[in-house]
Amino acid sequence: MATRGPPKRKKKTNPDSNVSDGSENLGNIIAQLKSVDDEPCGPPLSLPANVTPEQLQLLVNQLLNNEESLPYAFSVDETEIITSLHKDIIVGLNKSTEDVLTIVYRPQAIFKVRAVTRCTSTLAGHTEAILSVSFSPDGTQLATGSGDTTVRIWDLNTETPQFTLSGHKNWVLCIAWSPDGKVLASGSMDKTVRLWDPSTGAALGDSLLGHTKWITCLVWEPIHLNPSCTRLASSSKDGTIRIWNTKLRRTILSMSQHTAAVTCIKWGGDGLLYSSSQDKTIKVWDTKEGKLVRTLEGHGHWVNTMALSTDFVLRTGAYDHTNRVPKNEQEAQEWALKRYQEAKGTKPERLVSGSDDFTMFFWEPSTSKKPVARLTGHQKLVNHVSFSPDGRLIASAGFDNSVKLWDGYSGKFITSLRGHVGPVYQVCWSSDSRMLISASKDSTLKIWDVRTRKMKFELPGHLDEVFSVDWSPSGDKVASGGKDRQLKLWRN
Amino acid sequence: MPQNEYIEESIRRHGRRLDYEERKRKRAAREAHSAATFAKTVHGLRAKLYNKKRHAEKIQMKKTIKQHEEKQATKKDAEAVPEGAVPTYLLDREGQQRAKILSNMIKQKRKEKAGKWTVPLPKVRGITEDEMFKVIKTGKHKTKQWKRMITKPTFVGEGFTRKPPKYERFIRPMALRYKKANVTHPELKATFCLPIISVKKNPQSPLYTSLGVLTKGTVVEVNVSELGLVTTSGKVVWGKYAQITNNPENDGCINAVLLV
Repeated sequence: MATRGPPKRKKKTNPDSNVSDGSENLGNIIAQLKSVDDEPCGPPLSLPANVTPEQLQLLVNQLLNNEESLPYAFSVDETEIITSLHKDIIVGLNKSTEDVLTIVYRPQAIFKVRAVTRCTSTLAGHTEAILSVSFSPDGTQLATGSGDTTVRIWDLNTETPQFTLSGHKNWVLCIAWSPDGKVLASGSMDKTVRLWDPSTGAALGDSLLGHTKWITCLVWEPIHLNPSCTRLASSSKDGTIRIWNTKLRRTILSMSQHTAAVTCIKWGGDGLLYSSSQDKTIKVWDTKEGKLVRTLEGHGHWVNTMALSTDFVLRTGAYDHTNRVPKNEQEAQEWALKRYQEAKGTKPERLVSGSDDFTMFFWEPSTSKKPVARLTGHQKLVNHVSFSPDGRLIASAGFDNSVKLWDGYSGKFITSLRGHVGPVYQVCWSSDSRMLISASKDSTLKIWDVRTRKMKFELPGHLDEVFSVDWSPSGDKVASGGKDRQLKLWRN
Repeated sequence: MPQNEYIEESIRRHGRRLDYEERKRKRAAREAHSAATFAKTVHGLRAKLYNKKRHAEKIQMKKTIKQHEEKQATKKDAEAVPEGAVPTYLLDREGQQRAKILSNMIKQKRKEKAGKWTVPLPKVRGITEDEMFKVIKTGKHKTKQWKRMITKPTFVGEGFTRKPPKYERFIRPMALRYKKANVTHPELKATFCLPIISVKKNPQSPLYTSLGVLTKGTVVEVNVSELGLVTTSGKVVWGKYAQITNNPENDGCINAVLLV
C-alpha cells in the first residue's frame, strides 16, 4: 500500500491541472466590450471562456477598424485580465458563465519603454546631498539641486557635468523646468527663487525675493494656458504662495490663507492652482485674480503631497514620444492643448492627496469640495503620490516600506508592492505607464511591473538614502540622487 | 598744593610743546621695555604685588582678545551652509533619527581578514587564571582538583547541552549566563537591548573565547535586525559586532558599544 501511494496522487493531480490549463473546451461566455467612457463597441459577442488579452486585442482592433493594431488592456469590474478570461474573471472573481460580462478596454501607450537595468555612470560633483533631480520636459537635459547650494546641469550624451549654477546661499530644495524647457527655476533654503538659462548656464537676473521662509515647491504655468511661460508659482514654509512674472521679475499675486507651511502646489490645466498645507487643508485658487475658489477639508494631519491626473502632460507640454519639436509658441500651445484634452478626457481633472494621517483622499477639485473617495491602507505616512501618465493608476509611496497601487478613476485599492526594507521616498512612472520606479531610504531603487504587480528589477548602487528619482519623459534614462552625493544614471 | 587748574590753563593759553605727540608716542612704545626691566629687577613684597597685578592684567587681555576673535568667528558662521542637507519632505521631520551609512560590508570583511580591530577599548586588564577559575575538589575524598568553575559572566549558545557532570571540566554557572546586551549605537547615541548571537573574541585568551566568557573588552556579535540597518545592496544586516564596555561581573548587566 505504502509503495502505491505516491503514483496515485500523481494521477489525481494530473487531470486537475489539465482543467485549469484551459486547453479543453470551457464553453462560451457572452460579453459586451465597452470603452472607458461607457460606449459599447459592437454587439454582445459570444467568446470562448479561455480567451486571452492578446486575442481580445485583435478583436477590438477589428471592431474599431483601426488601421494599425493598437495595444489595449482589458478589465472586468476593475480587475484586469492578465492570463485569460476564465482564470482571472470566472475563477478569480467567481462570476457566473451565464451572465453577460462587460469587458472594459483601455487603450495603452503605443510605444514601449524598456526597463532600465544598469547604471551607466556615477557622476560625482556635488559636495552635499542631492535633493532634487529633474529631466527637462523634452528629456534632453538633466538638472540637479543639492545641499551644496548649487544647481548642476548635466550633459546627457556624454554623461558628464555641463554647468554649475551657483548663486544660492543655502541648500537648493526644489527645481522646476519651464514647460518650454528654456528656463530653469530653483528654490532654496535661503528664501529666494532664482532663474537660470539651462543652455548657457547663466543666471537670469538676481534672486526673486519675497518669501520669509524657505521655498518648498515650485511650479510653472502649463504651456497651453500661457505659451510664453512667464508665470511661476512658488510655495514656502511661511504659508504663502507667490505667483511671479519671470519677465518683469515681480510678484503678481500673493496668496496667504494657509495657516501653516505649504507643502506642495500644482497648477492645473484649467487655470486653477492647488496647494496642500500642513494646516490639514487643500486650497484651490483662481490664478487670474488670486481668489480662493474652495477649500478641501478632510485630512486629519499634514497634507504632504498631491498629484493631478494630468501631471504628465502638463509637465511635458508639447513634447511627446514622437520627438517632434514645435516651430513656435503658438504651435507648442496647440499641441499641448490637444495632448491635455486627450489626457483629461470628458471628465474633470482628478487630484489625489497624501497625508501624515496615513490616508489619501481622491478629489475632483474643479467641481466639488467633497472627496470622491478616501484611500486607506498605508500603515505610516504617505510621502509621495503619483498618477500614471495615462491617468489610469495612482502609485503612492509610504514610510511603511511599501508602494501601493490604486485605481485612478475610482480610487479602489489594487495592490501593494512590497520589497523595500526602508521608507519609500519617491515614486516615478515610466512614460508608457507600464512600469514604476521607487526610491527608498534603504539605498536602492526598484522597478515594478504594473501588469504583473511584481518587482521587475532591483537597482542597488547608491551608498546611502536615495532622495530623488526621475524617469526621463523620453523613457530611455533614469536619474537618481541622494545622500551619498552621487548622481546615478541608469539605462536599459 | 596747586591753585586751580594752572597746567590746563597754560596749555590752553600757550599750547603744548611742539614735540609733545612724538614724545608721547615714544614713551608709549617704550613702556613694554621699561615694564620688563622693572619686572626683572623687582623683588620682595613689591614683586609679589606686581606679579599679581600683571597676572590679572594678562587674563583680562586674553579675554578681550578672545572676545574679538569670537565676534569674527560668529560672522563666518552666519554665511556657512549647514551640513546634512535634506529634501523638503524631510525638513519638518528632524525628530526622526537619521542613520548614516552604517555598514560597509567590504570594509568589515577586510577588517576580519586582517584580524585587526580598531575598537573603542584597545587594551584590557589582564585576568589571571586564579581570578577566572575556581578550583573544585572532586572525588570521594575531595582529592582531585581538575574541575574548574568560571567565576565570570558567560554567554552560552542556544542549543548547548552540558556534558555529563562527571566529565565536565568547566562549569559555567546558570546564574552568570547572559543572553542580551545593552548596545549603544555611537552615531545615533541610542541604546538598544539586543540578543547576543556569539562571542567573537575575548582578548584575554582563545580559551575564554571558546568558553564564551564576557569580560570588559570582549567583542560579541549581536542581532541588530530590529534596528533596520541596510547594506549597500539593500539587504538587511542582522549580525553586527559590539564591544563590551563595562565589567559585567560587577554590574550584573552587559553594556556594549556597536562597532561601526
